[in-house]
Amino acid sequence: MIIPTAPGRARVDSLMRGLCWTAVALALVPLFSLLYLVVSKGMHRLDMDFFIHLPRPVGIPGGGMANALAGTLTLVLIASLIGMPLGVGAGLYLSEFGDGRFAWSVRFCADVLTGVPSIVTGIFAYDIIVKPMHSFSALAGGFALGTMMIPIIARITEEVVRLVPANLREAALALGIPRWKSILFVVLRTAMGGVATGLFLGATRVASETAPLLFTSFNNQYWTKSLLQPTASMTVQIFTYAISPYEEWRDMAWTGALVLLIIVLLASMLSRLTLAKNKAGNF
Amino acid sequence: MEPIVPKPAGPVRELKLQVRGLDAWFREKQALFGINLDVRAGEVTALIGPSGCGKSTLLRCLNRMHDTVPGARAKGEILYDGQQILSFGVDPVAVRRRIGMVFQKPTPFPTLTIFENVAIGMRLHGERDFLKIQRTVESSLRRAALWEEVKDVLQKPGSSLSGGQQQRLCIARALAIETDVLLLDEPCSALDPISTAKIEELLLELRSNYTIVIVTHNMQQAARVSSRTLFMLSGKVIEYGDTNQIFTAPAQKLTEDYITGRFG
Repeated sequence: MIIPTAPGRARVDSLMRGLCWTAVALALVPLFSLLYLVVSKGMHRLDMDFFIHLPRPVGIPGGGMANALAGTLTLVLIASLIGMPLGVGAGLYLSEFGDGRFAWSVRFCADVLTGVPSIVTGIFAYDIIVKPMHSFSALAGGFALGTMMIPIIARITEEVVRLVPANLREAALALGIPRWKSILFVVLRTAMGGVATGLFLGATRVASETAPLLFTSFNNQYWTKSLLQPTASMTVQIFTYAISPYEEWRDMAWTGALVLLIIVLLASMLSRLTLAKNKAGNF
Repeated sequence: MEPIVPKPAGPVRELKLQVRGLDAWFREKQALFGINLDVRAGEVTALIGPSGCGKSTLLRCLNRMHDTVPGARAKGEILYDGQQILSFGVDPVAVRRRIGMVFQKPTPFPTLTIFENVAIGMRLHGERDFLKIQRTVESSLRRAALWEEVKDVLQKPGSSLSGGQQQRLCIARALAIETDVLLLDEPCSALDPISTAKIEELLLELRSNYTIVIVTHNMQQAARVSSRTLFMLSGKVIEYGDTNQIFTAPAQKLTEDYITGRFG
């Protein structure tokens, strides 16, 4: 048996370390070039106008995406009204009553739904809302996004609620608290920090979707006065501008992309911070 | 061996709990076999026996917590103030409101303040009168001998207290509802000796107003706090009697072997 010499082992060690660093560097290249491109191309049109003005026709300078920002906000709000209660409810069901065969299939469906291409969700919303109502609308777009949120939030809720120790559930029941009250007011409350993070992640995730909105909320060059009208959104507006033949519109698309990126980055950083805080304040 | 129905000496107090022919199962596995037990009001009754002998199961049958385990069931009679509590018509939630329970590991609700930990039972039972809640929280904390230590930090989280304080908080929490029986499942096994002494002292004080049943692995503890002791083995009652008699002159050979540390 030959004992390998220390320099040999050290060489392998530094080689492996070098390989790891290379992989990291290569993985970061696309990320940073994306960030660089979006920032450098989007920066020069980023001004107050962008946030307070409507889009202007080609040839007229200025203009912004105020209506699209408001539209995205509206859509995410509608989506949240649908997705959050249903998602949290389903998640509670899975964590508290989820031992049977039915729960297993619910969980399986949720996992499948999370992976459904978002354009399919769009077609679904088109068929059951846009077609019967004969109009693109914020409602249809919000419905499509809400549908996408349900399984995401359900699975996150299930996981964080499962972390609540069984002895807290027992303690609540032993106080003569009915099961439903103990789930809502003790178990869910204990897991609230994690659940809130899940809600946040769900909302951020759908806020950056384009495909489900293309033929549900569609687009609008003006302010939307009703939830039943076509509504502008950041993502669809970026898409429309990006494929246009006009230089200035394509510039606006870059700025829109930058703003969307910043919003999503801030939101996910915020949610990760709250998650870290809640994990630290363990159960 | 015939289960022994107690013929206690000393003052005969009112029977708070009467267990007759209680069998309990976890799915197919039977855990309790024909248990008979009389628990007298105003006394501390200790359940002792080696691990897995069924003493915790028996305790958990007394407030229907046994029902909450999937696949668990129980058959027989448990009378609380003469009323059968093991039948289908009886709401286990109502039973647990009268018969409180404290667990091995302190379980304060971590997101609630000390005050809210004690108040939550009342609140979730629909009590809205804040003054009444406040009064009950204070009196429960006093009865649990915790008031002096926490009266200035009522808004801190319950989990900020020490282990022994947390356990007394859990006792206060159980006292704050209409409880008059307190079941304790090895309440001191996670505590240091000083905290343990405080809890034992507390039990001796509480005994005049509450009926207490305690499961313990610690035989000195059983001897110190209880008036009566039940010794169990393999899901059966081996001997039940005055704590003094059990520890000084056990009638059964098995009891003597266990107490003297020959097994278990």
